[in-house]
Amino acid sequence: MKAYLSVFRLRFINGLQYRAAAFAGIATQFFWGIMHIMIYEAFYENATGTLPISLKQVIAYIWLQQAFLVFIALWIRDNEIINLITSGNIAYEFCRPCSIYGFWFAKLTAQRLSGAMLRCFPILVVAFLFPEPYKMTLPDSATAFLLFIVSLFLGLMVLVSISMLVYISMFITMLPTGSMVIATTIGDFFSGMIIPIPFMPQWLQKIAYFLPFRLAADMPFRVYTGHIPPNQALEGIFTQLIWLGVLVLSGRIAMKKVQKRVVVQGG
Amino acid sequence: MPQIEISGLYKTFKVARRSAGLKQAAKSLFCRKYDKVEALKDVSFTVDTGEIVGYIGPNGAGKSTTIKTMSGILVPDRGQCVIMGRIPWKERIDHVRSIGVVFGQRTQLWWDVPVIDSYELLRDIYRIPNRDYSNNLDLLISTLELQNIINTPVRQLSLGQRMRCELAASLLHNPKILFLDEPTIGLDAESKIAIRQFIKTINREKNVTVILTTHDMSDIEALANRILLIGRGRILYDGNLDDLRSRFSNQKTININFRGNGFPIDNTIVGIPGVNIVSCSQEKLILRVDGNGSALADVISRLSNIVDIVDVSIESQPIDELILKLYREYAV
Repeated sequence: MKAYLSVFRLRFINGLQYRAAAFAGIATQFFWGIMHIMIYEAFYENATGTLPISLKQVIAYIWLQQAFLVFIALWIRDNEIINLITSGNIAYEFCRPCSIYGFWFAKLTAQRLSGAMLRCFPILVVAFLFPEPYKMTLPDSATAFLLFIVSLFLGLMVLVSISMLVYISMFITMLPTGSMVIATTIGDFFSGMIIPIPFMPQWLQKIAYFLPFRLAADMPFRVYTGHIPPNQALEGIFTQLIWLGVLVLSGRIAMKKVQKRVVVQGG
Repeated sequence: MPQIEISGLYKTFKVARRSAGLKQAAKSLFCRKYDKVEALKDVSFTVDTGEIVGYIGPNGAGKSTTIKTMSGILVPDRGQCVIMGRIPWKERIDHVRSIGVVFGQRTQLWWDVPVIDSYELLRDIYRIPNRDYSNNLDLLISTLELQNIINTPVRQLSLGQRMRCELAASLLHNPKILFLDEPTIGLDAESKIAIRQFIKTINREKNVTVILTTHDMSDIEALANRILLIGRGRILYDGNLDDLRSRFSNQKTININFRGNGFPIDNTIVGIPGVNIVSCSQEKLILRVDGNGSALADVISRLSNIVDIVDVSIESQPIDELILKLYREYAV
């Protein structure tokens, strides 16, 4: 266990070094956030009939999305692991007395955490200071906030375990792009990154609720805004735990399988 | 019981093949052709504790494949490999705890952080007790002269410095066996010598078994008391270097500098069996002498009767040539 914590720590420290990337990211995310909010504002002004979620909730949803982008975006990839696989440095990883799955899980979690740490606070602080209607709102209640934190972290784990499957598939394809692009396109859409899930048509919502992707983004954010009430949030957390178990287990089995067919070429 | 026991190891790789050209590329989208490359064919050997074994062979002979099998990375198709009573790929985690590996063409250090951070991570991964860790680290720092570079990020180290750090990283956990896959590749003379010295030291003081692959025959000459030659996946020679030398040649090159008196010296030495003149001038004579010392003594005594010998130097045949001969003999 200490080994995993230690690699987590090192990767975390490593991630905190990339300040310039974080600043650039923050700027981009403000731009995206404001742009999205403008679109929804126009949409709400002209909408007829009842909408499934209030504008205030959508705005909080968007800011959380921007602040925790590194937490929840499947398309963010860890180039280090990709390099390990394609360059063959992975040979060393196999010579360590620990499970590669656990090792990488720790690395990926640390990468996302360190990235989010650098970005989320400045974005949220400034978003709270924005004038109406761009202003970020406080959580619906203290309970909602607590449940949000729990589900956000569990969501992160679910996301990392999904991305682990993508990395494992790279052992077979040897290309960082193929499986990545497929997974991220599907994943980002069904996690509510493109449009929040409540806006989707009924049949699409059904698919989104069935898949695990929304557990990383859509669900925690709606818990924050109170759109998902606490009792449903608890159900969601339970679903997160089940998915996490399934994904980690299948990841471990898949890793064992590919490990047998690994060929480290050259040298 | 030997520490490493390998018998009848086979490993085949599948390699996709196609001819050049767009047409062939399009064709291979639908129908792929694979070639089978037999990397290991019936490889068997044993190694005892404390040996230094030089594992040599041309590129693509199967050296790295063997090392990777012994370190638990590759699973062979067939055959036995028992190292300290364990099968590497079956009991990978227990096995890797007691071995150290350096792949000269790869890196195990974290690129963007100081070397010492990577070491501390290894300490936690191998669960090295603090006391052992600091003792080992002190020893490694002093013998490999790392004190000035240990706090530098890896990306700013030269190749020689990095390789010394890699070696230290592989030894922090007191391994019983050290696998070195081309540890001196691309290093300058000074770093090479430092690394050889160090390998000798840990072999002597900690009785660590060392198996190293290299293309640099001076590594072998300096380190290995035993060599294993592999070619096309088979072990071709297993024995010590001197035997190999005596088996293949006793040829020596002799340079003689002398003060001549214009007397033609060629005739004096022509006719001694096993002596060939490579070149001859007024001051210098280069000979190639086969066989044992008697012919040599004969040459010198005859020459000294007619000229003043200033300097004599005798060179054995370079080991590179020897190995080349060996490769040719086995047609690898």
